[in-house]
Amino acid sequence: MQPKLGLTGWLRWFWRQLTSMRTALFLLLMLAIASIPGSLVPQRSSDPNGVTQYFADNPDLAPTLDKLQAFDVYTSAWFSSIYLLLFISLIGCVIPRTKHHFQALRAKPPTTPARLGRLSGFTTQAAPAQTDARAAITHARTILKSGGYRVARFDSDTESSVSAERGYLRETGNLIFHAALVGILVTVGFGGGYGFSGQRVLVEGQTFVNTLLAYDSFNPGRFFDDTTLDPYTLSLDDFSVSYEQQNLQAYGQPIDFTADVTVTPKGAAPEPGVVKVNGPLRTNGTSIYLLGNGYAPTIQVTAPDGTVVFSDSVPFLPQDANLTSLGIVKVPDGLAEQLGMIGFFYPTQDKAASGANFSSYPDLEYPLLTLNVYTGDLGLDAGVPTSVYSLVTDTLTRQTGGKTGVASIELKPGASVELPNGLGTVSFVDHNPAASAAGDFTQSVPRFASFDIHHDPTQIWLISFSMLVLFGLFTGLLVPRRRLWVKATTRADGTVHIEYAGLARGDDPALEAAVTAVADRHLKLLKSHQTVVTTPEST
Amino acid sequence: MNLTDSALLNSYSLYALYSAMAVYALAFIAFAIDLARRSSAVGAIEADLVEADAAPSAVSAASAGSTLTLKRPVLSRISARMDNDAALPYGRSSSLRVGVALTVLAWALHLAATIMRGFAADRVPWANMYEFAMTGTLLIMTVFLIVLTRSDLRFLGTFVTGLVLVLLGVAALQFYVEVAPLPPALQSAWLVIHVFVASLATGMFALGFALSAVQLLQFRRENHVAEATTASSGPIASALRLRFLATLPSSATLENLAYRINIIGFILWTFTLMAGSIWAEQAWGRYWGWDTKEVWTFIIWVIYAGYIHARATRGWRGSRSAWLAIIGFSAVMFNFGIVNVFFKGLHAYSGL
Ligand code: HEM
Repeated sequence: MQPKLGLTGWLRWFWRQLTSMRTALFLLLMLAIASIPGSLVPQRSSDPNGVTQYFADNPDLAPTLDKLQAFDVYTSAWFSSIYLLLFISLIGCVIPRTKHHFQALRAKPPTTPARLGRLSGFTTQAAPAQTDARAAITHARTILKSGGYRVARFDSDTESSVSAERGYLRETGNLIFHAALVGILVTVGFGGGYGFSGQRVLVEGQTFVNTLLAYDSFNPGRFFDDTTLDPYTLSLDDFSVSYEQQNLQAYGQPIDFTADVTVTPKGAAPEPGVVKVNGPLRTNGTSIYLLGNGYAPTIQVTAPDGTVVFSDSVPFLPQDANLTSLGIVKVPDGLAEQLGMIGFFYPTQDKAASGANFSSYPDLEYPLLTLNVYTGDLGLDAGVPTSVYSLVTDTLTRQTGGKTGVASIELKPGASVELPNGLGTVSFVDHNPAASAAGDFTQSVPRFASFDIHHDPTQIWLISFSMLVLFGLFTGLLVPRRRLWVKATTRADGTVHIEYAGLARGDDPALEAAVTAVADRHLKLLKSHQTVVTTPEST
Repeated sequence: MNLTDSALLNSYSLYALYSAMAVYALAFIAFAIDLARRSSAVGAIEADLVEADAAPSAVSAASAGSTLTLKRPVLSRISARMDNDAALPYGRSSSLRVGVALTVLAWALHLAATIMRGFAADRVPWANMYEFAMTGTLLIMTVFLIVLTRSDLRFLGTFVTGLVLVLLGVAALQFYVEVAPLPPALQSAWLVIHVFVASLATGMFALGFALSAVQLLQFRRENHVAEATTASSGPIASALRLRFLATLPSSATLENLAYRINIIGFILWTFTLMAGSIWAEQAWGRYWGWDTKEVWTFIIWVIYAGYIHARATRGWRGSRSAWLAIIGFSAVMFNFGIVNVFFKGLHAYSGL
């Protein structure tokens, strides 16, 4: 009968299984396989719209997949359990190896094997005449020590030898590598909790104060304290875009986006700054990224009595490469009815054969704003948050375009037109009427930029651990660990024979060359000493 | 640069590329002829052996007779060891030399094509699929030629020229795009570093893949030989079609070589992954977001980590770890050829 394992016995068995190399390998391969589904199915974290679309396209399959957490693979229970087990295994593996390694670092190299002939790079030589075995080994020891070997010498009447070992850095590197991986996992796991990310759209000329309420959206980490926000201000002074105009293959392709900003730390002088697509601005403990941009036509709505009830530069979201853009205007107060408008903005308007407008170039060559007007309850008073970028038209009455029989409103910069039903007037404000009059519209409409503002105090840790990972890889994989022996034997006739041999521990392509090099240096040294020693005697 | 110059330079680049492909094709043929000659040389020796009724272990330079001459002391220690390691010695081969000479010529044309494309575009020539393919294959070939100066892997010539030819063919026919300026998202020093190192790693993995594949075939042959010897059946070669394997290093040597090349690839890939996340942090404000391309870079990294572990795991050394290297490189090719083109994600830079 098998002896019965107690609970501790089982636990020990389980722990030994978990920390075995075979399990590590199995878990690594599982991790690779488990990562695949997340590239086949859209993920909520990186592509939320894709997930919505997937649900619409596969109404039967999607809920089942969702139950399996297929849309949140990388935070799913099954994915997490694989990598957590892997890391437990890793820790269980690394700790005993570290202990063992510390002991090895203090231990002496092992005694010289009795027979070296079977080992790598075995070389045997008769020493130059009058060489003393012990002196020869002293020389060998010096050579090996200067080559970074740790050495131990062994002497007997007929035989002297030195046993040398080098390459402890290999195991050190390996342990540093694995430990740094744990560092990365822990940093990533907790790191996000201490920072925040927030988004804010700014039209040229606008200023934002780094406070919670000023963000369009704000995602604090679990441990982030809002009161630590540093209330600096950020102004978008100018947003410039340049477009390819020479190369017809890429005509109109944007080649540069530059946001010129001013940052004013609390109680300090304003500092100019620049944010570019690959160049975030690091300031006041935050990083400011340029995420998107577009046009923000300035629209003004005036009541019949002449009071301005709406006047704002409204960010229009780009819909295509030539920046046909879509925007929403909501005017809840000041008119006889609540007013909503869906607008299209064409920086360079053109007409398709069908009569539909489109934009043929992304810069402001021939700008046109079209508006469709709706009236009714905008639903803003219900207390339900609504997006500024969408207008629910179900409960509204359409006043222009579509089947209304009233043409949609079309405005050039600087133009105004009466709203239907005598509601008032709408104007498309021109920011540089003088230039527009001369046919240059490039200054007529302001641009907006959307910024992502992040604070992540753990990135410095990540970089440090990553450097350690690389260092550990280099040394753990490339530093050879080897043992080398030099043995001098005094024969019965008084001659001394010297043997050299090495042993690889792990992969070591250069071992034989190393043994040969040591042998060559050693013999040369012996010869030079021989001449030095013998010359005075012979004279 | 002015536009007509750029267009002219780009058309020269295309001529050079097509010429390089033609010369690679010739090199491929030369290498293939060499493999065929190895097979027939092995056949000849075995015929001799059967005649002399000698045991396979008695094969020596003498019994190889006039068909084969032992090689001079070769380039380095590794190659010397490898040569000793082959089951049958194989002499100098003119087709092998022709193959290498043609490969070097094609490589020079390929290099010129890539440099001219870079000048035509006024930036590094790896900003869309066509250019990745051109530079990536150039690096595969460069790695191969550099490794050749250190160890005699010329027997991989058929594979390497074949692979490069197929990739260049697909690039020129399917991925070709005109010169276009860099979109702002790609204007970064990290494009230079990250993509270059990734291509270099790919070159290493390609060689590692080929060595692992030959290792598997060689292992199979060695098993057949062992069986044939113990069963003392007729000529060994009759059981096998790929007789040239007898002139190649043993499976153990191939495994060690593959490992050495793959670990360099792995270090480069680790760097690629890190450089990619530094770039992602600058461009998108997050260093890691499980974007499809990031996922596949990670998967490849984990597969090769598995490969390294397999080599240290009892029962996984040898053929099983070789399969992991093969799967790893397949994932690299999938990441380049399929993920770039068909998967949705932020890395939409194929230029197609
Ligand atoms: C996240 C999981 C892991 C990854 C990514 C990983 C990766 C690696 C890499 C890249 C190497 C070669 C680098 C070097 O030697 O410095 C390596 C070696 C090694 N790993 Fe891991 N490892 C992981 C987990 C583990 C675990 C759980 C164990 C123990 C069971 C382990 C044991 C070893 C050993 C013994 C070596 C040396 C292999 C050799 O000498 O060839 N690793 N690992």
